[in-house]
Amino acid sequence: MVDEVEFTSYYGRPIIKPPVWKTPDVPLYLFLGGAAGSSAVLGALAEGTRRPALARVAHLTAGGGALASVAFLIHDLGRPSRFLNMLRVLKTTSPLSVGSWILAPFSALTTATAGAHLLGRFPLLRRFTGAGAAVLGGPMTTYTAALLADTAVPSWHEAHRELPVVFAGSAMAAGGGITTALTPLDEAGPARRVAAMGAAIELAAMHRVEHGHGLVSEPYRTGRAGKLLKTARACTATGAGLTLLAGRSRTAAAVSGALLAVGSVLTRFGVFDAGMASAKDPRYTVEPQRARARASEAAASRAAAGSRRGS
Amino acid sequence: MAEAHPVGFQWVMEAKARGATVIHVDPRFTRTSALADLHVPLRAGSDIAFLGGLINYVLQHEKEFREYVVAYTNAAAILREDFQDTEDLDGLFSGYDPEKGQYDETTWQYEGVEVTAAAGQRQSPKPGASGASVGAESGEDSDAEEHEQGASEQSGSGGPPVGGKPRRDETLQHPRCVFQVLKRHYARYTPEMVHEVCGVEPQLFLKVAEALTSNSGRERTSAFVYSVGWTHHTVGVQYIRAASVLQALLGNMGRPGGGILALRGHASIQGSTDIPTLYNILPGYIPMPSAREDASLDDFVAEAAGSVGYWGNMKKYAVSLLKAWWGEAAQPGNDFCFDYLPRLTGDHSSYQTVAQQIQGTVPGYFLVGENPAVGHANAKMARLGLANLEWLVVRDLQLIESATFWANAPEIETGELATEEIGTEVFFLPAAAHVEKDGSFTNTQRLLQWHSQAVEPPGDCRSDLWFYFHLGRMIREKLAGSTDPRDRPVLDLTWDYPTHGPVDEPSAHGVLREISGTGPDGTAVDGYTALQDDGSTSCGCWIYSGVFADEVNQANRKKPHTEQDLVAAEWGWAWPMNRRILYNRASADPDGKPWSERKKYVYWDEDAGRWSGPDVPDFQATKRPDHVPPEGAEAEDALGGTDPFIMQGDGKAWLFVPAGLADGPMPTHYEPAESPVPNPLYSRQANPSRKELRGAWNRANPAMSDAFPFVVTTYRLTEHHTAGGMSRTLEYLAELQPEFFCEVSPQLAAERGLEHLGWATLVSTRSAIEARVLVTERMRPLRVAGREVHQIGLPYHWGRNGITTGDSANDLLGVVMDPNVHIQESKVATCDIRPGRRPRGPALVDFVEGYRRRAGVETGLLGRNGRAPIEERS
Amino acid sequence: MTAISSASAAFRGQDRGNRLFGPVPDVTGDRGYADDHPARVGFFTDTSVCIGCKACEVACKEWNLLPMDDAEGTVDALGLTGASYDNTGMLGANSWRHVAFVEQSRAVDLPMPTVGPPGAADGQRPLEDPPVVHPQVPASATTAEQSAPSQTASGDREIRWLMSSDVCKHCTHAACLDVCPTGSLFRTEFGTVVVQEDICNGCGYCVPACPYGVIDQRQDDGRVFKCTLCYDRLTDGLQPACASACPTESIQFGDLDALQARADQRLAALQEKGVEGARLYGRDETDGVGGAGAFFLLLDEPEVYGLPPDPVVTTRDLPAMWRSVGAGAAMVLGLIASAFVGRRR
Repeated sequence: MVDEVEFTSYYGRPIIKPPVWKTPDVPLYLFLGGAAGSSAVLGALAEGTRRPALARVAHLTAGGGALASVAFLIHDLGRPSRFLNMLRVLKTTSPLSVGSWILAPFSALTTATAGAHLLGRFPLLRRFTGAGAAVLGGPMTTYTAALLADTAVPSWHEAHRELPVVFAGSAMAAGGGITTALTPLDEAGPARRVAAMGAAIELAAMHRVEHGHGLVSEPYRTGRAGKLLKTARACTATGAGLTLLAGRSRTAAAVSGALLAVGSVLTRFGVFDAGMASAKDPRYTVEPQRARARASEAAASRAAAGSRRGS
Repeated sequence: MAEAHPVGFQWVMEAKARGATVIHVDPRFTRTSALADLHVPLRAGSDIAFLGGLINYVLQHEKEFREYVVAYTNAAAILREDFQDTEDLDGLFSGYDPEKGQYDETTWQYEGVEVTAAAGQRQSPKPGASGASVGAESGEDSDAEEHEQGASEQSGSGGPPVGGKPRRDETLQHPRCVFQVLKRHYARYTPEMVHEVCGVEPQLFLKVAEALTSNSGRERTSAFVYSVGWTHHTVGVQYIRAASVLQALLGNMGRPGGGILALRGHASIQGSTDIPTLYNILPGYIPMPSAREDASLDDFVAEAAGSVGYWGNMKKYAVSLLKAWWGEAAQPGNDFCFDYLPRLTGDHSSYQTVAQQIQGTVPGYFLVGENPAVGHANAKMARLGLANLEWLVVRDLQLIESATFWANAPEIETGELATEEIGTEVFFLPAAAHVEKDGSFTNTQRLLQWHSQAVEPPGDCRSDLWFYFHLGRMIREKLAGSTDPRDRPVLDLTWDYPTHGPVDEPSAHGVLREISGTGPDGTAVDGYTALQDDGSTSCGCWIYSGVFADEVNQANRKKPHTEQDLVAAEWGWAWPMNRRILYNRASADPDGKPWSERKKYVYWDEDAGRWSGPDVPDFQATKRPDHVPPEGAEAEDALGGTDPFIMQGDGKAWLFVPAGLADGPMPTHYEPAESPVPNPLYSRQANPSRKELRGAWNRANPAMSDAFPFVVTTYRLTEHHTAGGMSRTLEYLAELQPEFFCEVSPQLAAERGLEHLGWATLVSTRSAIEARVLVTERMRPLRVAGREVHQIGLPYHWGRNGITTGDSANDLLGVVMDPNVHIQESKVATCDIRPGRRPRGPALVDFVEGYRRRAGVETGLLGRNGRAPIEERS
Repeated sequence: MTAISSASAAFRGQDRGNRLFGPVPDVTGDRGYADDHPARVGFFTDTSVCIGCKACEVACKEWNLLPMDDAEGTVDALGLTGASYDNTGMLGANSWRHVAFVEQSRAVDLPMPTVGPPGAADGQRPLEDPPVVHPQVPASATTAEQSAPSQTASGDREIRWLMSSDVCKHCTHAACLDVCPTGSLFRTEFGTVVVQEDICNGCGYCVPACPYGVIDQRQDDGRVFKCTLCYDRLTDGLQPACASACPTESIQFGDLDALQARADQRLAALQEKGVEGARLYGRDETDGVGGAGAFFLLLDEPEVYGLPPDPVVTTRDLPAMWRSVGAGAAMVLGLIASAFVGRRR
């Protein structure tokens, strides 16, 4: 632990403002977008490899997830009536702007694809929209990580390299899991493999987030976030293990898929909570910055001393 | 000053930026302390011991500015043989009458100078003169913060006249010269005694003494700045006197960077004493005539007429005033309508009037911009007074507690008052704010600054000028045609101001022009020296004369200071005659040369044959420094070339006051009326001449009472304004200090179990109130007289109305007054404090009664009308 | 007609160094304003002369018609915080100036710091030991020890009461502006950062992006609000309301260059007087936000006042984030594709 003695704050008040994003809106938006993204890729590939049942399930998951994701995003806005302002500009410095430009066409494409599935018509259009959605499916799974990381929230920002990987893995585990659960065994093979790989990536990357960043990793291990992420880990690991059986039993597939989806949901809630906790406690803002400032002061004085010796 | 006068404090910061050392002496560590170089915490009410210690330090170490002291003060004057000091009489001066509790000042006079009975002391607390049990006169000002007027001002802008020039010993060695008497008087005010009385460590005290003395003298000057809390003591006048003595000894008067700056409590309170809302003076500090003494104008001006200094011209000022008021009706044949002036018959001061309201002898009352139900010491007494009126007119910006007492006074809750039994008819008339009207502010440095109307007042809100002008107009219309002689004073008034705008607003410019005065040809005069006593001139306030010189509103000059020299004489207009530093003749040495190049200000220019400098000389411009007045000269002509203090009878700064003060010629430390410790200096505990008001509605906490072991002091916060009517009602101010709180030290909190942000109940013999607790190291216990003294801080802004509400600190305080000006002692009292909220309803009364019993104070509850105490409940 | 973009120059190809952080000599021109744009303006807040009068807060609220709120930003609410005389609590949607009050004390040996005639005065009290800061005033339990008789003499503890008026920093690299997805936040011709309230859709992204915790969402309104540096007054040639109201010139408004020069002089003067702890905050153009348009002279560590000690604009790391996002997306595509390779089940 960093020595607490040196830590000072202004009446214990946070230095940065915690995000105003509402829960469960935003964690669910993260989860649904991720699951939809990986499902869209799964669906397109299933379509291409003639797995109609898998394609249908994946596309319906993608479409439903994308729509719900959009709904949650709009609901979270302070002025929902102005949601179209999101598309007023495209700003590469704003993950939310970039994300909106990903989410909007993605949700349109996945909804169209899912609609075609439900109507049982427009197969060509369906293939076209499905392929388009798949291209956007990859970024769908990861841009939300940049959304969180591109803030001053210490525990999110410091994990900005790992969080996209966590979210990618979590999205695969969720999308793979849900489609595994809902697809007949004989077509669900790829979904199971996606689920298992996703779970493994989620667990591994999350481990780095939880331990790799010193003090700001602490919120991921403590408090409500710690409990959520611990449970998420258990669900994801168990769900991943069960994928070995999911090829043989529809029940096992359902349980495995459900566990992976729950694991993914809990991971999103956990990551969200950890960030909120790190934002609310000024220690997580001050101490790393204080250490950094001391280090650069020390470096500067060393450099000054060095230059004096040199002259 | 940073707390209550943040805008003025910019100049302190400016001085600090230029290298000034800022020392803050205050019981609490305030926002001022935070910016000061040194904070000196001292026990509330011990300031004379502190200042006396400084005087003693100056005298013992010969730090006085000797040339200045000899030439410009009365240090050399020799006193009568029968004068006895507090050192001789254990806390009393000679002349004390224990039965009346008053002094006869005969023995304080200069040797060989005729004692002029009641010289300059018209209607003043002349010992035994009025016979009123509660003193003869007092102040009514627009807020509890403000009660500065009275005897000293009544004697003119300077002191009362003395009957002639005293015998002097310029070596200052004569045992009865003022200098030696002063030295003996303060000999026991040592650093150790300061420690004992004030709780200020000797090292800290010496640091202040060294800083002050090393920064005073030929090359340097120091200024004292006080806010009116300094006057809120039973020895308030003597506080200011003590600072005056010190500044005179150090040569800091009449010189740039020196002086004593009184920071008034709010905008234009200075103006409201210059052109007074006070009962006992007329504009320009001309005394109000007495029913007994002043049968004619000549009687009225007789005493002043023979005196030395500018006050000798009082008849010119008085006649010009009468001409301003009654115009053509005022003629030499009718004594210029002198008979029309009201006459004083007794004490009509503020607290005395409140007592008379309770007793049922005052039926009607105007409250203008004042909220006594919150802002007066012993606010409960004020509310009881209001509840016993027949009618009450309240003019204010907001519906203040003083207008709603009949519905929500705390006494309604306790059952001491009942709405249905209150007969007061309340007329609330909304007032216009300063941006809604033209007018001038006279600020603390006597500076008149004009402000112009920016917007029309909303709804029924009207300016005070509108209100009084149209009230007068309506009364005159009703009286028109009356043949009753008693209506002549009203009907003959010059009541012809031009009006304009949608509500017929009278012209404020026109009023200012009348105040400034006009000459025989009807044009504006240049200043008071142009005024005559033959009725050819008219002037509404002689000290303001010249503010409309050249037919220009001089108060409306707004040339930025960046475009002027340091004196900035073209910003606004300062009375008198646009002088920025009073008595500035003292900025030059007796020969008329600047004391030093650094402190050059007003000096004698031999070539030009006149006084010169960046300011208007406060001296006859061509009177040579070596001028010796001829025998028999009068008024200003009787002043010599080395008499800078031109309003004083002898032209000198007074280290010793031979006449005019009710409680002694030299400041002496007495304990506050309510003190937890004995007076270490004398066996006299408190000021022997203090004025008390006795009644079941104004009980006193006994000194050194175990029931009330803590010192409490009240004050203002930057975020609020006095009794809160202008701040608790505004969102942006209410949110900044949203609750009534008390400030206590961590030590007191531990001793009494008070929790930060918890509730505390504070109790006195008057009432009990509750406040949120702020525990802060800014409050410190002091070690005084061998024991630890805890002080509690209470901002006094809160009441029942507005956005932020709370109990009123003034409910805790009693009324006990300074004998000179009758200002209440509200900056120090005693109380008890305990954790938790106060009892509610009638239980509160029982709770306070319990404390009274414990303290051995008279008990008994008030009757429903507040008038008669009723039997104690068993 | 000059095109004004709310996107960072780094992403519009106008900034050859592709900078998302570091000094920007002409932040206004960088955003596409014509060469004759006004000079960049800002605030220099000298807290060493702040008297805590809060006139800045009131003037700001009056001019900008902000609602009354409590220390948590709740509109139309009041509340005593117990944090010294600070009942504003923080900068937020309804408080664009916030005066912090910090009570410090430490044990000292008498005599107190030297005071004497001008020149000999040391101005501020030097603090030799790190002062004890009381985030909350000590509860009575912890003060029992202090009430021991030996410690009750009045001069044995030295008090320092710091006051500081905080405000939006109008950063050279403003994270709020960078992350705003709607273009509601923009860089004005004065180099300041302002929210356009008719565009803001209340996404709230700027709120956690600000490294100083300045901008916030107003409850029941949904949009975000912060200091505009009185953009409306600037366009009319007036100075901001807070600077106009400040009685002690603690808040100074002007061209940033001039303010920086003045601040450097002031710091040098204080340091010459031996005022320990005096430092400029937000003045350094090489800091994590490229220097601030509103910067401060502080008398203690920034965190004592509730300011971050070494803030960095979050978008400095955006390229790394986008790389990671891209790699993650590619990984998803690749791995899912690999799941379809070979086996039919």
